[in-house]
Amino acid sequence: MTSSPAPGAPPVLRAQALTKTYGDGQSRFDALKGVSLEVHRGESLAIVGKSGSGKSTLMHLLALLDRPSTGVVEIDGEDAASAPTRRINRLRNERFGFVFQQFFLTAQQTVLENVTLPLLVAGVAPRERARRGLAVLESLGLADKARNRANDLSGGQKQRVVIARALVNEPDVIFADEPTGNLDSTTGEQVEDLLFGLQRERGITLVVVTHDDDLAARCDRRVTIADGLIVGGADR
Amino acid sequence: MRTTDVVTNATRNAFRSKLRTTLTVLSLFVGAFTLTLTTALGAGVNDYVSRQVATVSTGDALLVTPAASADSSEGPTRFDPDGRQQSTQPNPLGSGTLLNADDLETMQGIDGIERVEPVRQVVIDWVAPADGTEEDRYELDINPSSSLGRSDLIAGEQLDDGKGAAQIVLQDEYVDALGFGDAESAIGETVELGYTDAAHVARSIEAEVVGIARTSLFASGAGVDASLTDVVSEAQAIPGQPEAYVLAVAHLDGPGGGAVTEEDIRQVKAQLADADLTGQTVEDQLGVIQTVINGIIGVLSAFSVIALLAASFGIVNTLLMSVQERTREIGLMKAMGMSNGRVFSLFSLEAVVIGFLGSAIGALAAIGLGSLISSALAAGPLADLPGLSILLFDPVNVLAVILVIMLVAFVSGVLPARRAARQDPIDSLRYE
Repeated sequence: MTSSPAPGAPPVLRAQALTKTYGDGQSRFDALKGVSLEVHRGESLAIVGKSGSGKSTLMHLLALLDRPSTGVVEIDGEDAASAPTRRINRLRNERFGFVFQQFFLTAQQTVLENVTLPLLVAGVAPRERARRGLAVLESLGLADKARNRANDLSGGQKQRVVIARALVNEPDVIFADEPTGNLDSTTGEQVEDLLFGLQRERGITLVVVTHDDDLAARCDRRVTIADGLIVGGADR
Repeated sequence: MRTTDVVTNATRNAFRSKLRTTLTVLSLFVGAFTLTLTTALGAGVNDYVSRQVATVSTGDALLVTPAASADSSEGPTRFDPDGRQQSTQPNPLGSGTLLNADDLETMQGIDGIERVEPVRQVVIDWVAPADGTEEDRYELDINPSSSLGRSDLIAGEQLDDGKGAAQIVLQDEYVDALGFGDAESAIGETVELGYTDAAHVARSIEAEVVGIARTSLFASGAGVDASLTDVVSEAQAIPGQPEAYVLAVAHLDGPGGGAVTEEDIRQVKAQLADADLTGQTVEDQLGVIQTVINGIIGVLSAFSVIALLAASFGIVNTLLMSVQERTREIGLMKAMGMSNGRVFSLFSLEAVVIGFLGSAIGALAAIGLGSLISSALAAGPLADLPGLSILLFDPVNVLAVILVIMLVAFVSGVLPARRAARQDPIDSLRYE
């Protein structure tokens, strides 16, 4: 790790007694029943669990895509769960990058346009968008594909484009939801290498949601979720 | 997201599904096309009418006619030796009853009326060039109210009652017949007018051509000034017959010689009504005619509005499909921090872009085709109404049509855009 957390610095993500309840009355469903968790800067954390265990809900709460029913989510010590929507949108836009199992690339647009989407949302000027987009594509060896349509790429290339899109806004945390779930094992491994390389070289915090034990094993730490509770946390 | 980026992206998104957008644009096209044509028709006819009505009177004048008889008693009306005469000739400006000397006196006595000029009917038999022979004589009608009105002039000036010399404003069809080169060269020339006096003696009078006018819908016939009518009507008056006039023009003056206000006109009208007379301003006459025209145009426009209504459902449908297709993309943008408001503007602007395309193309097509139809009609069936351009494409109206349709498109886009804005990124990005 090139950047270890400064002593005494607040964790980049902190969750305290998170609960999330969907519906009420008969159809009430407690997805999370009180989860506390700290993620330190520069580390990689795997959230594992069976489907329906609440691991995705936990990631959504940590990534500020959803608000907890009770409990606190802090970003660098700042309470984010109760912040106004506009602030939360900015936090997500500036601090987080997302890699999903599916690529979610817009087929008709060029690779460059897909990669610069976070910058478009942020309101960066077109010229600056292109410059930063090309730089990040270059670093991932995709510079020659910048003007291609996203549809014309192979699966592995697409996932690299998705990672480029997650990186373009220079985030502190990348959330990866089953990042290799859609890839064959060889390309899956290449994508894993890429993600962990970024974590090591750039000090980016990595939060990976997966049910793949091999992937979880490569992370610094893993927490296992079952029935909305952390049942096991182990430092490697 | 920057506002310019919202606009460019909305425009690009509108063209993503070309066939679907084209069909929606077509449905708007129909509405825009019809609405542009009906408003142009309204503008064209109204413009013509207001020019035509302006030929009847000027300024602060009331056209006074006997009030329409509302005698409901049964049986024949009892004879009144001082009563009004009935007209033997139909007149577009008056009712069947004629004004008599008493009426003129009454009018003169009303507060706010400065002077009263009775309109006399004179009959001119022919017109000829000053040095013309009998072969050069042409029949001529005189417009009874011409000395008070403005003509729709091609060349020259309006009649000027102050000069005292006999003046005439001829219709343009007489220019060739009387041997003038063109309308301009006829100005200042003298023509000879022939008439028959009360004793059936043929007489003639010379008049200077001061203007050449377009043939007019309401004020048909040549215009002559008061001095000429005075001479002719005196000669044609049958001795012993009481004075009778089709109508009179009451010139108003404001209190203390100031400007005439609405209130002054209203008071004079009320006093005229008490005297069993009806006073109408040009605006009143214009209003009645234009109300009828606007009513007809309104009905026509209603049909294009129905077409637009149908098209607006098309927009709703198109955009709902678009939102459906782009669920993932919307979810992704929202996950990346795009606000609900920006998502809403992105989709509602897409609707506005579709609206603009449909309305602009529709309006342009309407202007193109309408101009062709208009000039074809003016050369053919409507050649007898010179000065009438049946379709008048006023830039303001065309712009208003385009803006209204863009507004309709925006309103249609609200429902789909709201749906997009309210999407939950987690639901949108779910996969299983």
